[in-house]
Amino acid sequence: MSATTAMEVNIEARRILAVSISKLYASRTQRGGLRLHRSLLLSLVMKSARDIYHSSRESEAPSGGLSAPEEPMDTSSSPVLPEPQPEPLSDRNSSETVTEESDSKVEDYDFDTTEEKENLSPARQSRKRRGKASAAPDFLPSKRARLEPGEERYAAPLASCRVRAGESLATLSLNQVIPAF
Amino acid sequence: MGEDTDATLTLNHHGFLPDHNYVTEADIISTVEFNHTGELLATGDKGGRVVIFQREPESKSEPFSQGEYNVYSTFQSHEPEFDYLKSLEIEEKINKIRWLPQQNAAHFLLSTNDKTIKLWKVSERDKRPEGYNLKDEEGRIKDVSTVTSLQVPVLKPMDLMVEVSPRRVFANAHTYHINSISVNSDYETYMSADDLRINLWHLDITDRSFNIVDIKPANMEDLTEVITAAEFHPLHCNLFVYSSSKGTLRLCDMREAALCDKHSKLFEEPEDPSARSFFSEIISSVSDVKFSHSGRYLLTRDYLTAKVWDLNMESKPLETYQVHDYLRSKLCSLYENDCIFDKFECAWNGSDSVIMTGAYNNFFRMFDRNTKRDVTLEASRESSKPRAVLKPRRVCAAGGKRRKDDISVDSLDFTKKILHTAWHPNENIIAIAATNNLYIFQDKLNSEMH
Repeated sequence: MSATTAMEVNIEARRILAVSISKLYASRTQRGGLRLHRSLLLSLVMKSARDIYHSSRESEAPSGGLSAPEEPMDTSSSPVLPEPQPEPLSDRNSSETVTEESDSKVEDYDFDTTEEKENLSPARQSRKRRGKASAAPDFLPSKRARLEPGEERYAAPLASCRVRAGESLATLSLNQVIPAF
Repeated sequence: MGEDTDATLTLNHHGFLPDHNYVTEADIISTVEFNHTGELLATGDKGGRVVIFQREPESKSEPFSQGEYNVYSTFQSHEPEFDYLKSLEIEEKINKIRWLPQQNAAHFLLSTNDKTIKLWKVSERDKRPEGYNLKDEEGRIKDVSTVTSLQVPVLKPMDLMVEVSPRRVFANAHTYHINSISVNSDYETYMSADDLRINLWHLDITDRSFNIVDIKPANMEDLTEVITAAEFHPLHCNLFVYSSSKGTLRLCDMREAALCDKHSKLFEEPEDPSARSFFSEIISSVSDVKFSHSGRYLLTRDYLTAKVWDLNMESKPLETYQVHDYLRSKLCSLYENDCIFDKFECAWNGSDSVIMTGAYNNFFRMFDRNTKRDVTLEASRESSKPRAVLKPRRVCAAGGKRRKDDISVDSLDFTKKILHTAWHPNENIIAIAATNNLYIFQDKLNSEMH
């Protein structure tokens, strides 16, 4: 792939990701509740876009750090559909969860060495993100560590997750879906 | 195919202001269905209302009014509800209507929104008893002392009244949004399908249903596909089919097991790797599946194509029809404006020789399976004066040779989509829902008066 084509694909992928995320945000407030089918399709598009983005970046400027963690991520399914997350999590203490998950995530921060210094800690970032459902700039590529599927950045809003089983799809997906660029 | 199609009737049954491009959202038609004889046509809308049309009997004395559909009854089927536990509003939009075969003078239909299915009885009353002893004409109780003789009340004719009453409410069985209902050929049971589960009901029992398909994964993060449509086989009461968002169809036999998670047949076309794009998954999601009247074939619709499958061949469809392939290069913009998520339905004609489906710009397409000819027609007020002949339309792809009256892809109106169409079970009469307008077209080719 030539450099310019890779870049075009790259830009296209980022744009599609941005559009997808704004759609996910919008679907939270849509009447009739979250549509599972639509959310699934959105997440599939996002996964495609993310994969293509990463592979086009690789062909642009191969960096060893990216390709290795890519594989475990790819073999798993879309990270966007954590609807049962509330169920197992609600059984645990919230602070406990946060500790566990940050421990397991330490190694994940090694992906993109060039951007590591820009990574914020999960707790800080989640506080910033929380409550800003309509903040537009969030969908721009964020300089955060990519999460393994199943991981949560934080476990703060457990109460709301427990109650809103239907909405949890979007609530949690906002945290999980954004990969590191 | 290629015969002239007369537009005999344009029915504007909801408030559409001709001078403004303004449509009340509640008036948008969300489902259209003929009954088994074609005498009745039901439509459901986003506001939860059902309107039933009845075909006027043909009369030799008034040849021009033969076979027209007029409003028979209107009723509010579903109301908006609120699920307090999940803090979710439940839309009143009617997703599907299915008629039961007629067994007595009354008609029965099932209507469903996202969560609740209702059985409605539609009956006529054209007589009323008169001559009560204890009540007078207005229904007031008479003074007993004024009654000097007894009379037997007699039935006197009255103006026809159509009464609609809810006979059953089938609720609380679906966690996800109901997308289909289908009446079994045994006329005793029916199924309802949501994104992940299919339930079997008995028409007389509302407090219990049997789960016959459950594709919910133990961990929702492993979810890769959802159920998009389901239908019973028209003749074999043990068979049904359901389609998925991955473009697969599964034929299930209820005799095999109580839970039909294991399919009897899996219909899947291998993906063309060269056509891979960001949106491959979305456009391969099947939006509608219909058995042919014979029960031999299946018709499916995905975003760009309609496919006919032979029940005996699982490896690939028998026929593939391009509905609007010119959109293939525009998928990104269609994704942005949400059109790529539109769910088009499809229909067979009575003899299973022609299939029909809708598109954008109020266009709808018909494909003749035998002659391989196809036609694009438009449902619009301008082109459909009563008894006018519909003119075939053409969309020219960008850069293609353009003929007069062709529409270019870029000038298509994507807000005018025909998602719901229905074909009369026996005759060449079609019902087309264009946003909030219902169009009924009849083919008068074989009529004597033509």
